[in-house]
Amino acid sequence: MIEKLLSLRNIRRTYAVFFLLLFILLVWLTGFRRIRGYETQLFIDLDPLAAIASFLTSWTVYKGLALSLFIIIGTIFFGRFFCSWICPMGIINQITGSIFNKLRAVDTIALNSYRPLYRIKYYILVLLLALAAFGSLQTGLFDPLAVITRSFAVSVFPGLNYSSGWLYLRQPVFQGGTLLGVIFVAVLFANRFLPRFWCRVICPLGALLGLLSFRPVFGIWRDVDRCNDCRKCLGHCHGGCDPHSALRTCECHVCMNCIEDCPEGAVHYGLPRAASSIHKPLDVNRRRLMESALAGAVIFPIMRSTITSKTSPRYRVIRPPGSLVEGDFLRRCIKCGECMKVCPTNAIQPALTEAGFEGIWTPVLINSIGYCEYNCVLCGHLCPTGAITPLTLERKLGKAAGRKPVRIGTAFYDRGRCLPWAMNIDCIVCEEVCPTSPKAIWFETVEVKLRDGTTKMLKRPYVDPNICIGCGICENKCPIHDRAAVRVTSIGETRSLTNQMILKS
Amino acid sequence: MASKHSEREEMVDRRQFILRAAAACGVAAAAGAWGYIFYSNEPVRRSGTKIYTFKDYRTEDKKLFPQLAVVHGTDADRMVRAAIEKVGGMARFVSPGDKVLLKPNAAWDRQPEQAANTNPAVVAAVVKLCLEARAAEVWVTDVSVNDPDRCFTRSGIGAAVKKAGGTVRLAAENDFVLTDLKGDSLKVWPVSRFYHQADKLINLPIVKNHSLSKCTMAMKNLYGSLGGQRNRLHQDINTSIADLTAAIRPTLTVLDATRVLRKNGPTGGNLSDVAIGNTVIAGTDIVAVESYGLRFLDLKVEDIPFIVMAEKKGIGISDWKSLNVAELNI
Repeated sequence: MIEKLLSLRNIRRTYAVFFLLLFILLVWLTGFRRIRGYETQLFIDLDPLAAIASFLTSWTVYKGLALSLFIIIGTIFFGRFFCSWICPMGIINQITGSIFNKLRAVDTIALNSYRPLYRIKYYILVLLLALAAFGSLQTGLFDPLAVITRSFAVSVFPGLNYSSGWLYLRQPVFQGGTLLGVIFVAVLFANRFLPRFWCRVICPLGALLGLLSFRPVFGIWRDVDRCNDCRKCLGHCHGGCDPHSALRTCECHVCMNCIEDCPEGAVHYGLPRAASSIHKPLDVNRRRLMESALAGAVIFPIMRSTITSKTSPRYRVIRPPGSLVEGDFLRRCIKCGECMKVCPTNAIQPALTEAGFEGIWTPVLINSIGYCEYNCVLCGHLCPTGAITPLTLERKLGKAAGRKPVRIGTAFYDRGRCLPWAMNIDCIVCEEVCPTSPKAIWFETVEVKLRDGTTKMLKRPYVDPNICIGCGICENKCPIHDRAAVRVTSIGETRSLTNQMILKS
Repeated sequence: MASKHSEREEMVDRRQFILRAAAACGVAAAAGAWGYIFYSNEPVRRSGTKIYTFKDYRTEDKKLFPQLAVVHGTDADRMVRAAIEKVGGMARFVSPGDKVLLKPNAAWDRQPEQAANTNPAVVAAVVKLCLEARAAEVWVTDVSVNDPDRCFTRSGIGAAVKKAGGTVRLAAENDFVLTDLKGDSLKVWPVSRFYHQADKLINLPIVKNHSLSKCTMAMKNLYGSLGGQRNRLHQDINTSIADLTAAIRPTLTVLDATRVLRKNGPTGGNLSDVAIGNTVIAGTDIVAVESYGLRFLDLKVEDIPFIVMAEKKGIGISDWKSLNVAELNI
């Protein structure tokens, strides 16, 4: 009985469920109310694609990303186990696939055999790594851990909260959240037509691990003397790696199902034995690989010839405090959405086109939704790739002697919309909420003449650009709240030497 | 040759025809009834929302106790106890089984030393006194300006309340109900439902400078009961504050002047903005408490229009010297 329960398949399932729940728990913990210094970005730290691609763009392996060595080295020894044992994206795809498909034996053989279609992921990987080698990090668009973290942070958790209402005090809202949610659901729905569609066809991390496991020390081996070619091993194969013939190690997830399914006991995991079948090498077309790399080489200069947040500063691209200068920022951000999940005011939002194509889904602050909380530095401490560097509170607020606070932009008055300026109505809410001391927003008391000829004393606000840190609370709390009368733009941001306006500051 | 698709429909006899016709008439009648019942000249259906009004949280006025107790000292817990003891003890205000709501100023993500929020020791002392008076539940709430979780955490109020045995209740979006304030400039506003669930309300403000209203103490602290777009209140801040004070009549007001924010109010942020006041004031007359607090900011009653307006409405007496005031040092 116990031996039956302790099958290889059940051991793998236990790991899979554990890691999926751990992933969900860690995303759930990512929020001011729950965060207590947990390693919430663990799964991205384990991601070799994030580590290698960001290494190619900036020649460093940032802090926690060194953990990806566990996966890299593990894969060289044991094969592509990550995909079905650890990867939350792989596991969630596997579960959805098994819900969608209740198949007859013939269908499983058709669906779980290897298809040339599976080569596409290698071409995607090569394209992304070629772009990274030139200096543009776009792996986050397809990196499964970035995709699932982003989808959970920006659409799944807010959606759950909307239906249940117990996760947050305030319903989190994200621009483009529906798009991200639909993409995620579409990826899951693809399992309806081909099980593990994402993992087998698209996933560049799977491709990278596939390359690393082209000749693993331990593998799945089929005994050619015992095998009677019944093909039952294809019944539950995760990777579509043809265990019934010459197994393709690059596709094999080491899910162990073939071992369990074989009625003859002809399949085992470990070192090859006397009658073991050969393995098939990586199946890619070298010409296609070259083409993919070439496509990267062609796309890169085209991408850099458009107007982006890097070529000319975009006033709406306000990055979280501690962000690297824009060029370096884009070289390190994998758009995973950790910062968006943790931001206590919901200010950090996934960019759509504000930061150019390269900056799609990178974090920007939208002050009409939230503002940068004065005493908060959470985003930088969670950023797994260092695009946002961790700040101490002293550093952010410039409390240490001789240090200036970190500035993410500057506030400007739109005097045509500001109540005291345009309509002689008392207001200065902006001055009330301004968090610096002394306040960056100050006012002048003037005597104004009203329409009926009477006069009144009125306070009219101004911004002191040397004190303003661009936190945006003034814009957020402005009563003219469809388009605030005081708005923050990125100019004056500490991280940039060029996006400046004041000569002496 | 007959068609390949040769399944034949059965003939309809009289009985079947009648049944089918009756069924069709039934569906047609239901469709007609649906159109008749729901026909409307209005494009949307207005559901009647209940509009609440504030209850009067005050207890019976007793002349034998001083109306105002002013306690100087350094131990906040003992000062609060002494002040409330002087005005009649908590048993005068809280009956056994009451649900008591405390409204400190916890509007900002600031530390206690920065004096932007009520001293957590003062809040904790009041929580303990309520529980000693056998209150069933003690809730502490505020609609903070910064993120409420951060405000209650960093101000130390969250932890202090928990330790003292009270509950922090933060209003989520669906906790707000429409409430008629019946004021000159404030009519119907969203107010967190805790105000309507509680039996008693204790106002726990801190003394702070404020750029527009000059000071924020007991009366302006009531801003924190409102949700919605309350940043509009600044356009007529004096009438708004007077309206709030007329609408919400707390059981008791305990003014925290242990630390006073004298500049850069109401946010502060710098220790040089803070002066040490070492005083706690308790009283049932919110206007008198407010007027007494002005001395910490070097202001006079005539400078503050909303105090004058509130007094005109008959809410309280600004000339606190005319009242029975108990002052002591501990």
